[in-house]
Amino acid sequence: MTPTIVFPLMIGGLYAAGVYLLLDRSLTRVLLGFVLLGNATNLLLLSAGGVAGLAPILGYSDADEINDPLPQALILTAIVITFGVSAFVLAIIHRSWRLVREEVVGTDEEDRRVAARRGTDADELDPDELAPEDRIAGHADSLSEDVEELADDVDLPAGSGRR
Amino acid sequence: MIEVLAPLPVLLPLLGAAGALLASGHPTFQRTLSLVVLTAVLAVSVVLLLVADAEGAGAVSVGGWPVPLGIVLVVDRLSALMLVVASTVALGVLVFAVGQGAADGSEETPLSIFHPTFLVLVAGVSNAFLAGDLFNLYVGFEILLMASYVLLTLGGTAARIRGGITYVVVSLTSSLVFLAAIALVYAATGTVNMAQLAVRLGELPEGTQLLLQSMLLIAFGIKAAVFPLSAWLPDSYPTAPAPVTAVFAGLLTKVGVYAIIRTQTLLFPGGALDELLMWAALATMLVGILGAVAQSDLRRMLSFTLVSHIGYMVFGIALGTAAGLAGAVFYVAHHIAIQTTLFLVAGLVERQGGSTSVHRLGGLARRSPMLAVLFFVPAMNLAGIPPLSGFIGKLGLLQAGVAEGSVLAFTLVAGGVVTSLLTLLAVARVWTRAFWRPASQPPAEETAAAAAADATARRRPDDETGDATGEEGDGLADGRPRTALQDAWRRHTAVALAAEPGLPPAAGAVRALRPLPRTMVGATTALVALTVALTGLAGPLYGLADRASVDLIDRTPYITSVFGTEEVP
Repeated sequence: MTPTIVFPLMIGGLYAAGVYLLLDRSLTRVLLGFVLLGNATNLLLLSAGGVAGLAPILGYSDADEINDPLPQALILTAIVITFGVSAFVLAIIHRSWRLVREEVVGTDEEDRRVAARRGTDADELDPDELAPEDRIAGHADSLSEDVEELADDVDLPAGSGRR
Repeated sequence: MIEVLAPLPVLLPLLGAAGALLASGHPTFQRTLSLVVLTAVLAVSVVLLLVADAEGAGAVSVGGWPVPLGIVLVVDRLSALMLVVASTVALGVLVFAVGQGAADGSEETPLSIFHPTFLVLVAGVSNAFLAGDLFNLYVGFEILLMASYVLLTLGGTAARIRGGITYVVVSLTSSLVFLAAIALVYAATGTVNMAQLAVRLGELPEGTQLLLQSMLLIAFGIKAAVFPLSAWLPDSYPTAPAPVTAVFAGLLTKVGVYAIIRTQTLLFPGGALDELLMWAALATMLVGILGAVAQSDLRRMLSFTLVSHIGYMVFGIALGTAAGLAGAVFYVAHHIAIQTTLFLVAGLVERQGGSTSVHRLGGLARRSPMLAVLFFVPAMNLAGIPPLSGFIGKLGLLQAGVAEGSVLAFTLVAGGVVTSLLTLLAVARVWTRAFWRPASQPPAEETAAAAAADATARRRPDDETGDATGEEGDGLADGRPRTALQDAWRRHTAVALAAEPGLPPAAGAVRALRPLPRTMVGATTALVALTVALTGLAGPLYGLADRASVDLIDRTPYITSVFGTEEVP
């Protein structure tokens, strides 16, 4: 059993390139990165089967000299899954291009809105600056300094406020 | 018995999906088929649970291959319980979706593809719960993820594509980490059968074990949305249609939690990473709930509480004691039901109020008392108000934490209490604003109309300058002090409305006036009743969770169910 340097180098190189592409904002590059990462993982699975041997077919080669067939079966499944997902991502990229003429990862606008909000959180509105009928419950004309203005505004009975 | 029934929760939905796909031209047949299939899955799951609880775990070798070579499906108390809860909420969500489809026609949610995909999703979830080997677990994950990609981007609107891309890329990454972990596990042990791994992994050097365990935990942590791997969830979930978000919130993250339970108990019982998991649980709870408190959109708020409450389950798992695991298992069952229900209610709120933003909702309690009850009960349950099941689950976890007794465990207990209180704050804010306050802000339809006028004016300044100035003139003519803030608020709603793709602003008014279809309300009511019933059933359920966790700690029931009493090769 002789360890080979080729496999680790290839796997490492593919992982590095794949991660680099995955971090890009352009979706096509993300897809390419995903394909590279998928292949790197498949190679990792292949190397998990040990050193190379003969084809694992009964009657064709000795049981001592054959490859481990299980990783190959796993790789086959993984390839099919990677293929299907790649096709789906391509469809999404196409759709995104048709909708917004962009194929980059978008921004979560609501998230930006929440992050940009000021620390004082009163529905973004100071109720006292609103007309009384627009105020939320519990903020009815109770603030004394506003009463004068309010009295003019909503026809409070005269003299009800502190003048 | 188990030999016959165990493959059915995977097989039936897959066959049903094929049938539904073939019958895509016949919506009535599709609906009936999906409902029948999911009811059958629920019945089978209940029988499996009863059998597994009475006779212990059982396994079936698919295709008749001898055990370590072929694929095994294992039914023990934990997986059977997960199956029952999952198929129950899946059925509830399906009824809700059928009601919505019947009410809306199939423009926003093309039903011909919804039903087959939904069934595939259920098949994937069942497969993940039943999988007795690591690679089959991977396949189960991929099945459910593939279905979830389609469901999340259903209809292909701009917002859903944007949210979907994040989700797809993150899920792909986690799947690749998982697959790489499987490759390394196989290279180290020469098997992917979990029962065999349970024995063989323990013989590996400690460093190798730690590497494999952390890779698996990272992969499952992304799926379960454990901080710091949780940022994708609140970004992508709120854009999907209500039933889709509901079923995702209930099931998908819990499959990740289930996988973490298996990793920590069956594969790596040494508890090497328990302390790290505790910290992760604490951060998940606190960061998640602080995010929820900051949100002003109902669905985003719920997504953040979803992340936050994953922390409770991870806490229970990380304790590593039977009591902690029992609490976690009970909490998983409770949380699947409660989170699904709340997202369905959010869907109803959106129909009734025309929005899910608490700035634009108001007076819902008066307009629709039924809806208010439907929101209030599960919301209090989520926050853990006694005597509801959320309280029982949290109490169990906190007791387990106190019993463990370390400083870190007590920190987690304190964090859990704080999280519970902040959850109450988050849902109470939504309650007071959307339901309790009088509709003093303009009701949704007026807002929509005003925003529409505003938006049109702003969008086409050349054509409509007259209108725009006219409106502002009206505002001044009222003699009211119209502050700049109020204008800003109007513009905000206009932008929010204009940002909704495919929905002309005028349609917002129509949208708000739509009545709630009886099927949707019925399905939601049934799920709310289920979450309340969990309180009454808490005794038997907690007993079951106790027995399941004893099995998990013991490990032998799982291993002997696969290999019999003979020596594990």
